[in-house]
Amino acid sequence: MTTTTTKTTTKTAPVTAEHPGVPSASQIAALIAEAPEPRPTLIKTFNAMMAREFRVLRRNAIATFTRAVMQPLLFVFVFAYVFPKIGGGFNLGGGAAASGGGAVNFATILVPGLMASMLLMQGIMAVTFPLVMEFSWQRTIEDRALAPVPIKVLAIQKITAGAVQSFIGACIVFPIVLLVHAAGQAPHVHVTNWGLFALILVFASLLTSSLGLLLGTIMDPRKMQMLFAVILLPATMLGCVYYPWSALHHIRWLQIVVLVNPMVYMSEGLRAVLTPSLGHMPLWGVLLALVGGTVVFSYLGTRTFTKRVLN
Amino acid sequence: MTPDTGPAIRTEDLRKTYKSSRGDVPAVRGIDLSVESGQFFGLLGPNGAGKSTTIGMLTTLVLPTGGRAWVAGKDVVADPVGVKRRIGVVTQNNTLDMQLTVAENLEFRSRFFGLGLREASRRATQLLEVFGLADRRKAMSTDLSGGQAKRLLIARALVHRPDVLFLDEPTAGLDPQTRVNLWDILGVLHGEGQTILLTTHYMEEAEALCEQVAVIDHGEVLASGTVNELKDGTGAETVITVRYEETVPAGVTVRAGLTDRPGVSKVEADGDYIRVFTREPEGVLGELVNVGSAAGLTVRDATQLKPSLETVFLTLTGREYRE
Repeated sequence: MTTTTTKTTTKTAPVTAEHPGVPSASQIAALIAEAPEPRPTLIKTFNAMMAREFRVLRRNAIATFTRAVMQPLLFVFVFAYVFPKIGGGFNLGGGAAASGGGAVNFATILVPGLMASMLLMQGIMAVTFPLVMEFSWQRTIEDRALAPVPIKVLAIQKITAGAVQSFIGACIVFPIVLLVHAAGQAPHVHVTNWGLFALILVFASLLTSSLGLLLGTIMDPRKMQMLFAVILLPATMLGCVYYPWSALHHIRWLQIVVLVNPMVYMSEGLRAVLTPSLGHMPLWGVLLALVGGTVVFSYLGTRTFTKRVLN
Repeated sequence: MTPDTGPAIRTEDLRKTYKSSRGDVPAVRGIDLSVESGQFFGLLGPNGAGKSTTIGMLTTLVLPTGGRAWVAGKDVVADPVGVKRRIGVVTQNNTLDMQLTVAENLEFRSRFFGLGLREASRRATQLLEVFGLADRRKAMSTDLSGGQAKRLLIARALVHRPDVLFLDEPTAGLDPQTRVNLWDILGVLHGEGQTILLTTHYMEEAEALCEQVAVIDHGEVLASGTVNELKDGTGAETVITVRYEETVPAGVTVRAGLTDRPGVSKVEADGDYIRVFTREPEGVLGELVNVGSAAGLTVRDATQLKPSLETVFLTLTGREYRE
């Protein structure tokens, strides 16, 4: 084929939406002449990337909101409303009450646990799932990777955006677990230190989103369903969501084994600030684990992320 | 470090070897390129030749394992951010942001490059107008056709007036009409002084667009120069291939005196075919048929390639391009 035949074809082709013709030289010249001078800075690019996340979040607001609401709503509905109504035979709180002292209903145990569970879920949903898509065969990650910032910054941006979503998710859960219950089954929640509450929420959010980044960069997209079986389910079931850590002293080996689970520290940290009357882990241990975990997961996640982007 | 006034792209012995469980896989084995500012440069080679790896290294997304490369005067390894500020990249895959609309894809890319909100929106409108996507500005980018997506990818690469525009197989998988349409857009861009590096496995694409071409295969540059230089040099000959039903007996070509014909530079007989490289193709095909029948061979098919990048490739590698 030669250029001559090419030009002929173009000229005779109908101009349609699919083939809108070729821009004229003057149009292209204007495009180049009027191109704005790029002035990227690290902060500007980072902010633009965050703005992009919020645009997407706003667009998917209903789906995101539903995702954040459904799980905790059904949980508290069944555990704090249905079970007490059908006879109270389900008395998980008993053990906790024994160790924590005083009468404690299950809703009280569930409030911090469900918030922690929601943080993890949102962190994974907000970071891991999109990341696995972006690394799949079309590698749409290259879009952001070509932005004029180091790849590390892109990783940190993803952790930040994920943490914000996690935080919002936990804030949505709070009123639900507080308000949905059978008569007389209200959880005994009493926040004395809002600053500490916020601090634990922030670090728990960062922990889940940095874990989300690490998982998203090491997961094989074809084995995504494994994520539930191997990570989410064990982390939640063995994450002191439905029972306080102190109650596990009956099963000493389990009490020690679950310490590798970051969920434990999120649940216990929230327990310490929301339901201090219940037995909980020492705060210093919780904070150390949350901050340490965030640092370790962020470091590892950023490394694996960079390796995946730059092959 | 190369000064900013140097060539738009320069590489020195650029290499990339991938590690895999089955050992090292060399993808690029020492490539030297020099692309002047304003040039339309084509990297031509079959699938798997190392083109995408090379473009990946030049656009900082693939880390070289040897050698050096500079784009717009910036070292791709030492200053990847400096390189990224100065380039536009049209990836082979559809890497549009699937979560965003057509216009948002341009607006956010502009903002990644430091443009303000209003400036980004104005630039997006202008680009959509020029690339014929104005009526699709609110569509989700996933709803675009292949050709529209490719135009949006090009528009997106131009938001910040890149010093060098990279296009990796821009027309692969597009229908012929969309393809020539893109060729014309690229031609106009180049006419306005845009430096372009394009990879392609379409011979005719390189012939139609590129001023300078480097033919690469197995991660090495086999030949480079203008299309005409290449045709006048290595590939100046017509290549005539005749395949027979039977295996060609040894010595047939010598006995028939094919090598003594005027203009013939090379005769190959291997397996079931005889191939003649000649500057005077007149009558060669007929003779090959006669030589065959004299040796008791039945002709299966015959091809005659005029001097083109295809004959360049054939001469350099001994393999047909589309094999």
